[in-house]
Amino acid sequence: MSWTREEMAARAAQDIPDGSYVNLGIGIPELVAQFVPEGREFIYHTENGLLGMGPPPAEEDRDLDLMNAGKKYVTAVPGAAYFHHADSFSMIRGGHIDVCVLGTMQVAANGDIANWSTGAPDAIPAVGGAMDLVQGVKNIYVITQHTTRTGEPKLVDECTYPLTGAGVVSRIFTDLAVVDVTDKGFKVVELAPGVTFEEVQEKTGGKIA
Amino acid sequence: MINKQYKSAAEAVADIPDGATVMVGGFGASGSPIELLHALIDHGASDLTVINNNTGNGEVGLAALIGNGQVSKMICSFPRSSQSKVFPKLYGEGKVALDIVPQGTLAERIRAAGAGVPGFYTPTTVNTILAEGKEHREFDGRTYVMEPWLKADYALIKCEVADPLGNLTYNKTARNFSPLMCMAAKTTIVQTKKLVDRGDIDPEHVVTPGIFVNRIVKVTDPKHEDVLIAEGRTYP
Repeated sequence: MSWTREEMAARAAQDIPDGSYVNLGIGIPELVAQFVPEGREFIYHTENGLLGMGPPPAEEDRDLDLMNAGKKYVTAVPGAAYFHHADSFSMIRGGHIDVCVLGTMQVAANGDIANWSTGAPDAIPAVGGAMDLVQGVKNIYVITQHTTRTGEPKLVDECTYPLTGAGVVSRIFTDLAVVDVTDKGFKVVELAPGVTFEEVQEKTGGKIA
Repeated sequence: MINKQYKSAAEAVADIPDGATVMVGGFGASGSPIELLHALIDHGASDLTVINNNTGNGEVGLAALIGNGQVSKMICSFPRSSQSKVFPKLYGEGKVALDIVPQGTLAERIRAAGAGVPGFYTPTTVNTILAEGKEHREFDGRTYVMEPWLKADYALIKCEVADPLGNLTYNKTARNFSPLMCMAAKTTIVQTKKLVDRGDIDPEHVVTPGIFVNRIVKVTDPKHEDVLIAEGRTYP
């Protein structure tokens, strides 16, 4: 047994304190908003100028000028605010956002993250706001499958793809485990039901404690 | 009496020369000034450097300007998206250059230009390939990268409400880069859905003060990029 995408998102949500300002990346991180623990409130920030992002609207209620950073239609909750991009990235770079949950291609035992480019010569580079987020947000969490579709480890000793940021990730939620980045490298803090430490070690590209 | 209104989008963009640097407001489809972009296609200025977060979608608006061969360089943070076809093709053929700038750095470089600040230090890109060759400096024990201001000759902007002085308000997340670009361009050209009288915008609610705006064109029924793409439209 391992955790599903939804269970990974729900597990990550458990580690976000009540009242946090949160920025969610595209993909599995977006699911976190569906699993806010009972009694807690998170305020969602989206880079393109909205604090207080709500769930997607019904098709007939769409406002074409109300999108998230993934360019999907969203809503604004009561108490939301709109602002321009310099204010939005002041919130990010200025250390005002508490938690950012990102997907990744690779994350290393020293907290380095690579999630913007494979470095392939024919690929069009596209960075978006990822490099600002990893430098500015107080806590960088990663949600990712433990390995790629072809079974390669995504938790590695050293990233081989170009870095988004160095030494920035604090906690990783995978389908197999919750893993912390510590001064001594990866450390398992929780295993998914039925998953053994040995299996996690085997599927991790580097030593894990 | 100051009145910055122009009769048409065509008239407002008529003096944009070949080789100009043009900021285009919008984040994806939201806030994209489609009518001004189509007027620029009709006008035909070429060898443009365009600054936008993305590179346009489908075959309308910014993507159509690029597809029409008028853009020699894009400065943006995210040139790919699910409906972006024109730029990736021309970039692959070596027909348009690309300068990748992280989104927050792009915004701040534009803001800095408008604010008269020639450069600033940011933690963004430290220890990445995008920081290579750039000045690094330590503040309070942390390393930062110097980034220069980013100016433009023109800005093409879409807003919701304008008055004849150029005071502007926007609609929701269609605001994005536009207030910054209004400040950073020598000549800022704005298309507005509604044009109201002086005093009809509460001074407390003005988002872009009119000092940053030079030309206003009323476009009562602006087309939205997503709608044009869904309809299968192309331009010209």
